[in-house]
Amino acid sequence: MTNDNTAPASGSIMVVGGGISGLTTALEAAEVGYEVYLVEKNPYLGGRVAQLNQYFPKLCPPTCGLEINFRRIKDNPRIKVFTQAEIEKVDGNTGNYKVAVKINPRYVNENCTCCGDCAQACGIELNDEFNFGMSAKKGASLPFEMAFPSRFVLSSQIIGTEDAQKAKTACKYDAIDLDMQPKTLDLSVGSIVWATGWEPYDASKIDNLGFGQYDNVVTNMMIERMAAPNGPTKGKIERPSDSKALESIAFVQCAGSRDENHLPYCSYICCMASLKQATYVRERYPDAKIYIFYIDLRAPGQRYEKFYKNIKADENVFFIKGKVAEVSEDQATKNVTVVAENAVTGEKTSQTVDMAVLATGMQPTAANEKLPADLKYNTDGFIINDFEKGGMFAAGCANKPADVVSCNQNATGMALKAIQTLARK
Amino acid sequence: MDKKYGVYICEGCSISDSLDVGALKDVAGEEGLTAKTHAILCGSDGVDFLKKEIEGGVNTLILCACSRRVNHDVFRFEGCIVDRVNLREGVVWPHPRSDFPALTEEEKEDEDNFDRVQMMAEDYLKMGMARVEKVDLPEPYKLDSFTNKILVIGGGVTGMSAALDAAKAGYPVTIIEKENQLGGAALNWRSQLPVSDPYETLIAPVAEEKIKAVEAHPNITVKTGTLLARLAGQPGEFLATLKKPGEKIEFDVPYPLPDEMKVDEKGKELDAETLHKKYMEYNKGRKDILTLDPNGDKFGAVVLAAGWKPSKIEGEAYTHLGVGQYPDVVTNAQFEQIAKSGKIKRPSDGKKAKSVVFIQSPGKDEDDSDFDFAGSVTSMVSLKQAKYVRDDYDDGKAYIVYQHMRTPGLNENFYKSLQQDPGIFLTKGNVVSVAKNDGGLMVEATDTLLGEKLKIKADMVVLAAGMEPATNDDPVVNLAYRQGPGFRDISLFDGFCDSNFICFPYETQRTGIYAAGAVRRSMTTEEAMEDAAGAALKAIQCIESSNRGVAVHPRSGDMTFPDFFFQRCTQCKRCTEECPFGALDDDAKGTPKPNPTRCRRCGTCMGACPERIIGFADYNIDSIGSMVKSIGVPSEDDYTEPPYRILGLVCENDAYPALDIAGLNRLSYSADVRLIPIRCLGSMNVIWIKDALSQGMDGVFLLGCKHGDDYQCHFVKGSELADIRMKKIGDALASLALETERVAQFEVAIDEYDKVPKIINDFVESIEELGPNPFKGF
Repeated sequence: MTNDNTAPASGSIMVVGGGISGLTTALEAAEVGYEVYLVEKNPYLGGRVAQLNQYFPKLCPPTCGLEINFRRIKDNPRIKVFTQAEIEKVDGNTGNYKVAVKINPRYVNENCTCCGDCAQACGIELNDEFNFGMSAKKGASLPFEMAFPSRFVLSSQIIGTEDAQKAKTACKYDAIDLDMQPKTLDLSVGSIVWATGWEPYDASKIDNLGFGQYDNVVTNMMIERMAAPNGPTKGKIERPSDSKALESIAFVQCAGSRDENHLPYCSYICCMASLKQATYVRERYPDAKIYIFYIDLRAPGQRYEKFYKNIKADENVFFIKGKVAEVSEDQATKNVTVVAENAVTGEKTSQTVDMAVLATGMQPTAANEKLPADLKYNTDGFIINDFEKGGMFAAGCANKPADVVSCNQNATGMALKAIQTLARK
Repeated sequence: MDKKYGVYICEGCSISDSLDVGALKDVAGEEGLTAKTHAILCGSDGVDFLKKEIEGGVNTLILCACSRRVNHDVFRFEGCIVDRVNLREGVVWPHPRSDFPALTEEEKEDEDNFDRVQMMAEDYLKMGMARVEKVDLPEPYKLDSFTNKILVIGGGVTGMSAALDAAKAGYPVTIIEKENQLGGAALNWRSQLPVSDPYETLIAPVAEEKIKAVEAHPNITVKTGTLLARLAGQPGEFLATLKKPGEKIEFDVPYPLPDEMKVDEKGKELDAETLHKKYMEYNKGRKDILTLDPNGDKFGAVVLAAGWKPSKIEGEAYTHLGVGQYPDVVTNAQFEQIAKSGKIKRPSDGKKAKSVVFIQSPGKDEDDSDFDFAGSVTSMVSLKQAKYVRDDYDDGKAYIVYQHMRTPGLNENFYKSLQQDPGIFLTKGNVVSVAKNDGGLMVEATDTLLGEKLKIKADMVVLAAGMEPATNDDPVVNLAYRQGPGFRDISLFDGFCDSNFICFPYETQRTGIYAAGAVRRSMTTEEAMEDAAGAALKAIQCIESSNRGVAVHPRSGDMTFPDFFFQRCTQCKRCTEECPFGALDDDAKGTPKPNPTRCRRCGTCMGACPERIIGFADYNIDSIGSMVKSIGVPSEDDYTEPPYRILGLVCENDAYPALDIAGLNRLSYSADVRLIPIRCLGSMNVIWIKDALSQGMDGVFLLGCKHGDDYQCHFVKGSELADIRMKKIGDALASLALETERVAQFEVAIDEYDKVPKIINDFVESIEELGPNPFKGF
């Protein structure tokens, strides 16, 4: 039975993280024929990409691929999805792990029909982290329209408040259960793939760039939400201080990345992300001036190069080679001024714009909190894969900064590494 | 199967508040069916109720409730046909009674009044009932013969990695390599870029250890000095003919006739048999693709890891760099060979090359692009080679002149480690000239970080040539497919066998063949090894799916496959030509031969077929056609001002979800449209449009994804092909004296749910302006 590929019960794979990498690993393994547990800490699958408006270079919506992936999950009984779930403990060794998975209460059961009555009944407004605080949400909400599972969730913040009772009373389908308690499942798996993803680097740590100090300094992830049709501004890109239309905008590259004081590595995606976001701005403002301050423009590969070339052809997009030293605000107009030393001419360049976007980098989720398993990390918190040892692997941005397509390649490969662990048992 | 029908209407989610459920039940009654209602069908009580019905013999369920996109698992009943009549997202939610008031009791008394929303619900129920009559439960397609062996094309690091990864998972692998030894490009390297943390130092090429591991693995067979002459068959049972390089054999793959040879002197398309004759003459000495090699080797799936060659830097565009004039101007590949054979010496006179300038971009004209096929690899390679100069000579100096130093991700660590080296000089710059100077070379650059004008004396100049994929000028896989031997449409990717899909990077137009490594994109060894693992997984998955008789991506697990009623085939070849996946091969007469495991179940063949002889168990011309025919088309005989009736054929992958979300957001659109989800716009057969118009419907629109270079179609060509068919239908309409504006196709992305209502309403308005279909009521 050494090469039995029909997936015996003990031959399951656990994938931690339901973002694009985790989804890919889980689905690719399940479609070979293996049993997979997919564990996601949010109440929905999709992770970071669910927050993006479009992918570069195709400028297509991430929900398009997510929809197919969700359908693959629905069609495949071999995948078991746990949302609002986190790993408490991993015992055992290669090929034979015991994992304690804590499932936090959703307070909404499978009776939910997504009618939305519970949300209407709620009064308290909470910060919507999905939109980086740019909008409020009710205590009962659907994370986003295409969320999977498509079921509402109650924020733990309203438990014990009147809103919780109101939501419960409003539900015609007996779908709200305020007594739901956290529970822990003990699962046996042969292999674990950690696809725990990344966090946008906390831009407020970069003192000189003004985030958190000036209203009109935002991050690249915030622009994604603004541009998204289901975002806080329903797709409008306006400056936060006064909702003014944009005449000019600056993109500050390497905001935190390639910087020994913050993230010493290159975050891989930010150059392409800003070029992409330049297209968002152009679509909405045909004449806006777009300034991109960069150290090196990294658009690797033929397709990215072409994308970059198209944007260079826009005479109102200006590329300035120079690291931004400072961002300041005019208190009266709320305009921001971006100051950089032009690396080529040596001149100090100063550009006043309506709004500045910090191209903040990606930090592995494990950089801030190590995972409860015997894993090796590099100094930045990326998980180092040990293919000799096998058993546990990191996929996607838990392993290194990468774009979505590379993550998907990597995550597909990790499905095989996990399968190998089971096959050699 | 002997169908026993049951119609079930859910009253939850404001369905019963909004609709006259009793009248809906009557609609079922008219078909001789008794509809039953339930307060919440998707609840556990509702599901138990349905299960009891099934125990009672019902096996064909028409569930009038929510969209099929939700509660998919809840309403999955083994052995039953289930149709989802989308009353919630499709009727009630996007047509709230606040905007579409129900008839008052008084209004109901006048038979000339009607309720658009109720009409819509009743039509959808009729359509659901019509559909289930025409569909069957699918049964998987089983191959007669099957193998789980994997063929890996290319014995470089990528191919060897893929082979090892597949073999470790228990699958037998054969590697074929055109050279006489394994190793590929890496054999010529002195050392290699880092492949793992801390990404700071060069390492010995990993090819050596891979070769040892491959040779030691009992499940891997290596055939060096071997090429693929042709690959016939289909996933699960590919049939490979192998040969020695340079050999000419009868199983060398034949090529399709060029377009100009397919017509006679007058430009008229030749008939199938003449075409076949010409094709055999054109491929003299080679067997037709349908002739199977009795000595061929069987494989279940293929990993294409044919690799790359250094891209050529030649011609006028590069004369300012001294290309072709000075022997000491070399490419990075040539430099690597020099470095591999010992300390670096310049080619012209064998003098030690202690000052080397590495040029990353052609420069000139302010263009900041790197050389062709560069990717980010050439930046990394120049850093590696700069290190060679420093390793060989204590007083060596390496200068890298770049436009953008491309060391993405953790590769930045390697870049940083070299920045510490005082003998490595890095600057941005436009290289304007390389000239002879005092027994050496002089490189001149402008706009550099070290000054406006920079002149560097050099013993050698190294140009950062990119990685040209093997598939750029050679199909390599040599597919015995009627559509031709290579991957299709790869000019979109500059000859790389890349995927168009960001989400699904292994999906191409050739099922069962997965590209990996430099044949996909210029990439580092680390990326290539990762890519190899992914491609190996996909090959394994394809084998297992073929063995189970189910489709691979994007309809993974689908058990249906196209069925042909050959007696009525007119050999028009459209299905063979239009299939995005080359799943069909026609014979000498032009009759298609299906290869079901190549098929991705999009239904493009069904849409293309003018004789309508292609269909799937649960999706066919008749199933959709019957839905169209069951739509009520009121005329002036029914009402003084009958409502318009407009059909929308909607792609189920993007447009239909967008409509669902529009419904979820209560965005309303005309209640005079009737929407039918279809697998892909490519499966749209124009007969449905003709039927709709001839039964008096006023207009028809297609709603699908964006096409063009950045197409979003999961089946590659669907919306593009539909667009072509729609252009042709215009002539047919004109001959019927119907305005061509009555049919239209619209593009929508899945997230544009906010735009869909306007698209629909604008079309409805445009139809209203044209007035009713003159055929109405006849």
